[in-house]
Amino acid sequence: MSKSSADIVNQLQAEINSIQGYKPAEAAVCRMGMGPVEAAFPNGIFPEAGIHEFITTCREGSAASEGFIAALLAKLLSKGGVAIWVSISHALFPPALVAYGVQPDRIVFINVERLKDALWVTEEALKCEGVAAVISEIRDLGFTESLRLQHAVEQSRITGFILRKSPRAIGSAACCARWRITPQPSRSVAGLPGIGYRRWNVALDKVRNGNTGNWLVEWSDSGLQVVPKETGLIIEERRNVG
Amino acid sequence: MMEKRFVSIWFRYLLTDWQTLRRPELKNVPFVFTGKDGARLIVKAANPIALQEGVTAGMPAADAKAIVAGLQLLDERPALTGKLLAAIGEWCIRFTPVVMVDMPDGLLMDVTGCAHLWGGEPPYLKEIVTRLRAAGYDTRIGIASTPGAAWAVARYGKNGPVVPPGKQLEALLPLPTAALRIEPQVQLRLHKMGFWQIGSFIHMDRRMLFRRYGIGLLDRIEQALGFKEEVLTPIQVIPPYQERLPCLEPIRNAAGIEIAIGQLLESLCKRLHSEGKGVRAAKVSCHRVDGQVQSIEIGTTSASGNVGHLLGLFRLKISSIAPGLGIELFVLDSKVENAAQEQHALWGGGTGAGHAPINELLDRIAGKIGPGVIHRYLPDAHHWPERSIRKAQSITELPAMAWRTDIQRPVQLLADPENITVSAPIPDYPPMNFIHKGVLHEISKAEGPERIEQEWWLENGEHRDYYVVEDREGRRYWLFRSGHYGEKARFNWYLHGYFA
Repeated sequence: MSKSSADIVNQLQAEINSIQGYKPAEAAVCRMGMGPVEAAFPNGIFPEAGIHEFITTCREGSAASEGFIAALLAKLLSKGGVAIWVSISHALFPPALVAYGVQPDRIVFINVERLKDALWVTEEALKCEGVAAVISEIRDLGFTESLRLQHAVEQSRITGFILRKSPRAIGSAACCARWRITPQPSRSVAGLPGIGYRRWNVALDKVRNGNTGNWLVEWSDSGLQVVPKETGLIIEERRNVG
Repeated sequence: MMEKRFVSIWFRYLLTDWQTLRRPELKNVPFVFTGKDGARLIVKAANPIALQEGVTAGMPAADAKAIVAGLQLLDERPALTGKLLAAIGEWCIRFTPVVMVDMPDGLLMDVTGCAHLWGGEPPYLKEIVTRLRAAGYDTRIGIASTPGAAWAVARYGKNGPVVPPGKQLEALLPLPTAALRIEPQVQLRLHKMGFWQIGSFIHMDRRMLFRRYGIGLLDRIEQALGFKEEVLTPIQVIPPYQERLPCLEPIRNAAGIEIAIGQLLESLCKRLHSEGKGVRAAKVSCHRVDGQVQSIEIGTTSASGNVGHLLGLFRLKISSIAPGLGIELFVLDSKVENAAQEQHALWGGGTGAGHAPINELLDRIAGKIGPGVIHRYLPDAHHWPERSIRKAQSITELPAMAWRTDIQRPVQLLADPENITVSAPIPDYPPMNFIHKGVLHEISKAEGPERIEQEWWLENGEHRDYYVVEDREGRRYWLFRSGHYGEKARFNWYLHGYFA
């Protein structure tokens, strides 16, 4: 009995994925709770053992990226371990992380001055057992450096977030995903004054072996959720009920 | 066996030098330390100016005052001499590991095999004297093969401080009787017989000297000449956790240094392991052939007995060692602590690996970039945003209070709030728009105000009314107005942070 060509392609793709560090779904896999976003990745799983690159061009954008990363971080830290936050700009205000479900004392901040040191620390941290995630706020990341980081995580299976603030050139980097997070107007919760839940436009500009995309994501009490672009009504209704 | 060599250091004006260091205004003033002797106040120590004018130790203070106009009297501090000598002695360990306090006014060092590291005895002595003088202590020094001869030369010698090996007798002959460290009564009896110089009686029949002057004199002569050992107790500073590795061939390259450090760590960690201890700080001193010492230090966040890890920390610094013509001795000094218990509470369950890998990572970072770059934050009991967190004392310190979840804080907080121009409709209403760096932001949603008062016990100033605002593009900011509306004092608006 001969297999159909689609089956063969799928099987080959699965093999390539496993060689490239994408393990098939396991029981312990960490679900980010962002259905359509995760579906863009190979096997429909958020790649934990990978380098995720975030590109921002303004302070508001990097703040939004930090919020989004913090929400992902909460999931990664739920299994234990510690996060290392490497930064050249030293702008993050730790108490804000509480709102995303991250205990700021679970993070070790490494505030360096030079890009060279930041990259060295990032690579060392990405190789270190017991580290759940490494966040690195830098400006530029060359291809060779990104390759080194990606190799490190394929061994250690640690998630790396590289937040590139106003990069001079985006260039190509050996990352498993390139994200762009931009703030979006929130929807007022019906009947309540003030500000609604945070909303971001989450753009996946590059996904290795996956599909790019663009979603409206909301951070609410129930975590990260993709909002259907046209209405956003579903969320609103549930809020009224709950 | 190597010829023993001893250095004696004499602090002629130990107490007064120390006083002058602490009170420089006394430098050109005659002053003395006085103490009670029965009912009388007598001079215990005098500074050079007072001595020159004729004051001597042991003289009644009243007489001293009569001799020197304007003499300052200071109270004696009985235990000070010993403390000072011990402290200076400890400092002198750099010259030799064996230093002894030689009461009442000197130090004695066993310098066997040390002087060549400084290029011979004269430069060695010169170095010691120059450094002590630079530190403010007037010193005289002597070196000989016996403590007694070194002592004598330091105090009474006139032909330079060095007594060549085996020449003790020749050196002692012209010196006064007091140079033998004998009791005053014996000295007096010798003087009565006209024996002012050592040379005038040292060759006499020993039995006769013993009969007339007692065993003390004979002992001192024998000790000075080196026929009788002296019991010496060095200041104990040799670190208990020290490993030494002398090299047959001087080592001149990085690979060799690494092997040497590895060996030192191996034997240290073996011992620590059996005692249940680990290294918190360690220093490798590389003693070069030319006498220079180069050293590198490491520190760890928790006690570690992992040779590979400790060697890794040293490896980051080996390149800073200049081996010169070669290193002949490696010394590893370490500060150890009981090995830490695993603290599972901290990192929330842990991944089974415990803390060792993370501690080792942080050690590597501290070793390469510096310990100042590593921070952990804990909540602190302050409302003022800048003070609401504090740095954790240690990497394992747990928060004393819970993080606040009832307030909104921006992910980016500006170190210095930035001035903005604001249009606000009515007092205590959030602004309608604001201009920051020339960009107009129209506010569509806002929350606030959250009034944050100055903590008046820390700082004076206006309170702040904070608003969380969102502009039409969905960008969120943290703004505050400093001070009240409507009062004659001016109020200003600031941007203080960015929300995600």
